[in-house]
Amino acid sequence: MPSNRPFSLSEGDSLRARLQKRSQLLQTVRAFFYARQVCEVDTPLLSSAATPDVHLHSLSTQVQVPGTKDPQTYYLHTSPEYPMKRLLCEGSGDIFFLGKVFRDGDVSPRHQVEFTMLEWYRLGFSMFDLIEELAGLLKSVLGDLTVETLTYQQAFKTYAGIDDIFNASAAECQACLTRFNVPEIVGVDNDDKVLWEQLVLTEVIESQLGRTPTGENRITVLTHFPAREAALAQISADNPKVAERFEVFINGMELANGYQELAEADIYRARFNESLALRQANNLPAVPLDENLLQTLQAKPLPDCSGVALGFDRLFLLQQAFSDIKQGIGFGALKS
Amino acid sequence: MATYSTTEFKGGLKFLMDGQPCSIVENTQVSPGKGQAFNRVKYRNLITGKLVEKTFKSGEKVEAADVVDTDLQYLYNDGEFWHFMDATSFDQFQAEEAAVADVTKWLIEQDMCTVTLFNGQIISVTPPKQITLEITDTDPGLKGDSQGTGGKPATLSTGAVVQVPLFVQLGESIIVNTEKGEYISRAK
Repeated sequence: MPSNRPFSLSEGDSLRARLQKRSQLLQTVRAFFYARQVCEVDTPLLSSAATPDVHLHSLSTQVQVPGTKDPQTYYLHTSPEYPMKRLLCEGSGDIFFLGKVFRDGDVSPRHQVEFTMLEWYRLGFSMFDLIEELAGLLKSVLGDLTVETLTYQQAFKTYAGIDDIFNASAAECQACLTRFNVPEIVGVDNDDKVLWEQLVLTEVIESQLGRTPTGENRITVLTHFPAREAALAQISADNPKVAERFEVFINGMELANGYQELAEADIYRARFNESLALRQANNLPAVPLDENLLQTLQAKPLPDCSGVALGFDRLFLLQQAFSDIKQGIGFGALKS
Repeated sequence: MATYSTTEFKGGLKFLMDGQPCSIVENTQVSPGKGQAFNRVKYRNLITGKLVEKTFKSGEKVEAADVVDTDLQYLYNDGEFWHFMDATSFDQFQAEEAAVADVTKWLIEQDMCTVTLFNGQIISVTPPKQITLEITDTDPGLKGDSQGTGGKPATLSTGAVVQVPLFVQLGESIIVNTEKGEYISRAK
């Protein structure tokens, strides 16, 4: 059994063994993409722009740039999405990134402020093509797991007993939480349907995902999230209420999040501006938008592609049956 | 009144919920990549001792509770209140029965106890982990049984009843674990 501690220099053989396991997984992942002619890119960690996403908090630092009096604020990336998309616009072809990203404030058995992300983009892939490739990668690491694919709406029906979540009321979501004996929720307005719906997903449904009825691990893919949670995914052509966005769960834990990528520069700007307005409404600091990305998207359209980001430390946790991702991270792991 | 935001939540933090002091036992942050973050919190109501679970929207605030743990000397029970004293300042505190009901059978005059004060009032008392008490009632037991096989109930001077080995006799003093309510050994 793996030890319940983060690895440290004093653990002798077990330190070496664990370092080798992590190293081996990094190699496995890289080999998977090399074999498919996907090129590794190491995009910058620092950017003068940050994601406006209201739920992501960028770390920032001061950089003394020659020719300026005062140090300039730069942000550590929360994912390599923006520079990778610029590369795609510039004609990079299929690319992957495997490296550190930073999200302020997140520390739990499943989160670290600094963690390793795998993100890749495939030209001409639909969302379902990419899900198939992702499932192949997961099986090569975790063994021959079965795959369950269902829509966001079906998941609410199957796992929470809510037949049509898009037309369900806040009260129906609250009744569902009560039915599943979810502890009392503090701080959510009674009529805040969106939040009650999110709570049904995180408190009732998620723990059941990625697990067979007999308790074995499996790969569960949720597709077609509500359009309001499209982020930078395309809205589905046949249903304007949903987006071509998916999430992958194993053993009750979200492992990956992917999109059939939005291409239109105007819509990128519109969604960024919506996020900025939401930041203002929530008293969060404004952040500079990535104008380089927006200009590139305008000048050289993003090729038709799908992309996905996967938490590498969570993958290592699942492979090694750790209970906390910090057990697989050497130096720098924060305590929750 | 001081407040704590969910970002300050951690094990041991004392806060008020519905006017009652509570202590956080476990705090887990739930941050879906694309959604509102929440804190799943397990906490103990320090008055009732009940373990409660609630999930707080991140950014919510709770009122801080004026709760301190301090070592006080148990003095006496006047029939209504249990009296304690700060051995340094000689300040006296009185506890109502509800605050000491679980531990009165382990309270010995002059013993130092760990006392939890809420707004200056005693809400719970933890007696020393090991105390020595005299047996005031027990069956004679079998002569020659020194192996401690089996056992028998014994009533102690405070009224507590514990299981003791057969060889322990009326009038002897024994050492007791107050957390488990168990006999440890004869007192020398």
